Amino acid sequence: MAIVQLKDICKQFDGGEANAVDHFDLTTRDGEFVVLVGPSGCGKTTTMRMIAGLEEISKGELWIGDRNVDGIPAKDRDIAMVFQSYALYPHMSVRENMAFSLKLKKRPKAEITKAVNDAAEILGIQNLLDRKPKALSGGQRQRVALGRAIVRQPQVFLMDEPLSNLDAKMRVEMRAEIVKLHRKLGVTTFYVTHDQVEAMTMGQRIVVMRDGYIQQIDAPNALYERPVNMFVAGFIGTPSMNFLKARVDDASQRLIGEGFSIAMEKAHETALANHLGREVWAGVRPEHLDLVTDANAGTTDNQLTGTVEVIEPLGAVTIVQVRVGEHIVTAELDSHTSLAMGDPAALTCDSHKLHLFDAASEKTLLETSDSGKRTTGDAKTTTA
Amino acid sequence: MNRMSWPAKLGMNILAWLIAVLMFFPIFWLLLTSFKTNALAASRTPAFFFSPTIAGYVNAIVDNAYVHYLINSCISAIGSTLICMALAIPAAYSMVFRRSKYTDSTLLWMLSTKMLPPVGVLIPIYIVYKDLHLLDSVWGLVLIFAAMNLPIVVWLLYTYFKDIPEAIIEAADIDGASLLTKLVRILVPLTLPGLLSTGLLAVVLAWNEAFWAINLTNVHGATLAVFVSGFKSARGQYWASMSAASVLSVLPILIAGWFTQRQLVRGLTFGAVK
Amino acid sequence: MAHPNKQRSKQAAARLRSAALIGPAAVYLFIWMIVPLAMTVYYSFRRYNLIEPYIKGNAGFSNYANIITDPNFIAGIINTLILVVSCLVLTVMIGLAFAIVYNNDHVVGKNLLRTFAASPFFIMPVVTGLLWKNLMLNPSFGLLAALQRALGISPIAFLSKVPLASVIGIISWQWTPFAMLVLLASLSAIPEDIKEAAYLDGAGAWQTFRYIVLPQLGRSLYAVIMLETIFFLVIFGQIYVATSGGPGNASTNLPYYIYLQAFSSYDIGAASAGAVFAIILANIVAIFLVRMISANIREDS
Repeated sequence: MAIVQLKDICKQFDGGEANAVDHFDLTTRDGEFVVLVGPSGCGKTTTMRMIAGLEEISKGELWIGDRNVDGIPAKDRDIAMVFQSYALYPHMSVRENMAFSLKLKKRPKAEITKAVNDAAEILGIQNLLDRKPKALSGGQRQRVALGRAIVRQPQVFLMDEPLSNLDAKMRVEMRAEIVKLHRKLGVTTFYVTHDQVEAMTMGQRIVVMRDGYIQQIDAPNALYERPVNMFVAGFIGTPSMNFLKARVDDASQRLIGEGFSIAMEKAHETALANHLGREVWAGVRPEHLDLVTDANAGTTDNQLTGTVEVIEPLGAVTIVQVRVGEHIVTAELDSHTSLAMGDPAALTCDSHKLHLFDAASEKTLLETSDSGKRTTGDAKTTTA
Repeated sequence: MNRMSWPAKLGMNILAWLIAVLMFFPIFWLLLTSFKTNALAASRTPAFFFSPTIAGYVNAIVDNAYVHYLINSCISAIGSTLICMALAIPAAYSMVFRRSKYTDSTLLWMLSTKMLPPVGVLIPIYIVYKDLHLLDSVWGLVLIFAAMNLPIVVWLLYTYFKDIPEAIIEAADIDGASLLTKLVRILVPLTLPGLLSTGLLAVVLAWNEAFWAINLTNVHGATLAVFVSGFKSARGQYWASMSAASVLSVLPILIAGWFTQRQLVRGLTFGAVK
Repeated sequence: MAHPNKQRSKQAAARLRSAALIGPAAVYLFIWMIVPLAMTVYYSFRRYNLIEPYIKGNAGFSNYANIITDPNFIAGIINTLILVVSCLVLTVMIGLAFAIVYNNDHVVGKNLLRTFAASPFFIMPVVTGLLWKNLMLNPSFGLLAALQRALGISPIAFLSKVPLASVIGIISWQWTPFAMLVLLASLSAIPEDIKEAAYLDGAGAWQTFRYIVLPQLGRSLYAVIMLETIFFLVIFGQIYVATSGGPGNASTNLPYYIYLQAFSSYDIGAASAGAVFAIILANIVAIFLVRMISANIREDS
């Protein structure tokens, strides 16, 4: 187990113009589960491959425990990696796959056998040890890949989208399994995924990346409640947050746009002090919208009115898309809603849960958590 | 394509048989002739039914030192293939798993040497061989056959190695495998069928090679191609022996060839056909 | 800190390692192909005769002048071109027809039959020459002579009356399987559902072939033509055995002409000049082929 420090790391590929990873700075806690999440091409996998030693670092320093591992080959970094494709050796049995690294280290036979058996027991694959990978199901291969990582008892686990080749049901199952495994072994873990649900459910801390830049590093809830910019706000949460271009009306102390008008909260006043009379982005999550009905019509303010365009009943809830002025607003409503396509609809939002972003820089205008403040996305977002 | 009428199906089947029979017939006739007497072999009316004799084979093996040429063919084909493999495995590994901006052009350059006509380099090689006393030496053939087949072998191994996911090599890196371990314990076992058939193809091509064998050797280092070409001025009286010698020279490689059809196409097309 | 210098030296080390892996193969090919190639060009400008060693010195372009005015060389070039083009037409058309037959799923035992049909390609060229020269085409004892007699025609002495056509026939027999195998691989790679879509669109067998299959075969046909051209330019064994380039120069192709110059006349200078022509001829085709292969490799990586 070890603390991993990435100090101002950059990666530039041969012939590439921009940095694939730009000034990545992060220090883990010992035994922490860190998730790197972002859309494809954001640099999350490259970052992990640099930790693994599969990619060279162009600039910056990387420490695992008390060692600067720059120049140390992958095999000597005391890490283990689970690949997206599992990368099991197809010509070796499960046992041989798991034993391979220990065998290369010339560990005594008895020790190897014990390590393999222990790992197999933890993962419940004792009965598969003599099979070849191609005789295994996706989930079983996944376990073997984890097993191969575990037997080495590394200081750091690296997992590169390990669940993306599984079907939906298996994915949920293995998600919980990996979290349990982490709790049991307490090994510092880096986990790469493009799936924000995976990130939210698994990570103790989440690093949101885009275009090589860290957007925000935070705990799951903080990320959800206090996103630092519109990218993070839109990336975390399903369905995605709605963004409405609103004018800050000084006289009425309201945020106004075509088809909606929302009252400013106390908290907003300082945030919007410099934006009076100008436009900002107002962000509201679908789950924070409600339908205005006869019952609550009198008591609701903050209305968004428009026409229903799409209705998607999911059983527990119903997702409704409403055209409000030039915006399409998605709302997560009670499944009993009687709306039909083309109906006029009025939505109401909880203004305490409103997010506000600068119209130009797309950065939040609200208070952020301490850890969320240090974001290196500035250069990117202002030039974009 | 389950919508052919039965006469069309029958026609296709007849055609398929006809093609196979016609294409194979000369080879079959060679085989048949090899079991005739020399007199019967050169009769004006073709004989299909006769009591077979192995006189032609006896003549080829005993009187014509078949075994000497056979040994040379084996040495030159297998020796050159081993050199090819030893050179091509690391080269193809590097081209697939340690790509650089020079990789593609290096590979192309190697392939393009195969498009060079042998006759374009015959004379200098002949002269150098003369000075190095490699003329009429089987080792001289080993060296030139290796050069002749190297581009094809590199290309085939390149395509086989490319089918191995890079993540497997990276997993081996993390597991602590050295270059040699990766080659011997991961890559070779994973591509063994491909390696074997590539080797077989190189053997077939070297075995059948005539240009270099005829121009660089005549007795000592001569292969079966040279041995058989010695019958080129044979009049009718030696046809049975000639056929027997031919059969002895082509039969093992014909059978090997049947098993390398796929590699042959892949190897001789250099990826020009996808 | 990873300093830029250190970074660069790391990359240099990595480059060195991969050079050490590719190096031996590249050097080997360089020594065996490129060095002799340069020597051939050099010799083509020298006076050099193996049996008259006192003749030496710079020849300028006289070797080239000599062979261009040599009727045998002109014949060699013309024969080479006729041979290449005729063999291309025959092997590609017949090979395509064969491939269509063996791509048909209704043919029982198609793989076995195809293997037999492909057999000529695995026969040693020298044996091919012998087999056809004697057992097949001999005007007295050959099988075709017997067939002609049976049909009441007086047998033709193929190799002396129509030597080049005979050689073309022999080589086409040997190489049709190559075209067949390559085109068969491409044919079978055309997905069945595309053909089914065409069928649903109302296309008949011929229309399916003409508008769906043939266009997709275009690249393969092009590649087969290029590759076969390269291989046909260097045909030697069959001619050496079957006709020895004769009668006269009637079936002498460029490689055989160069062989005669070098090992019958021992004129290294003239042979080298001829070889330079052969190299140029091959390169004309090779340029297109390399370009095509290059595009395919880049597409894959």
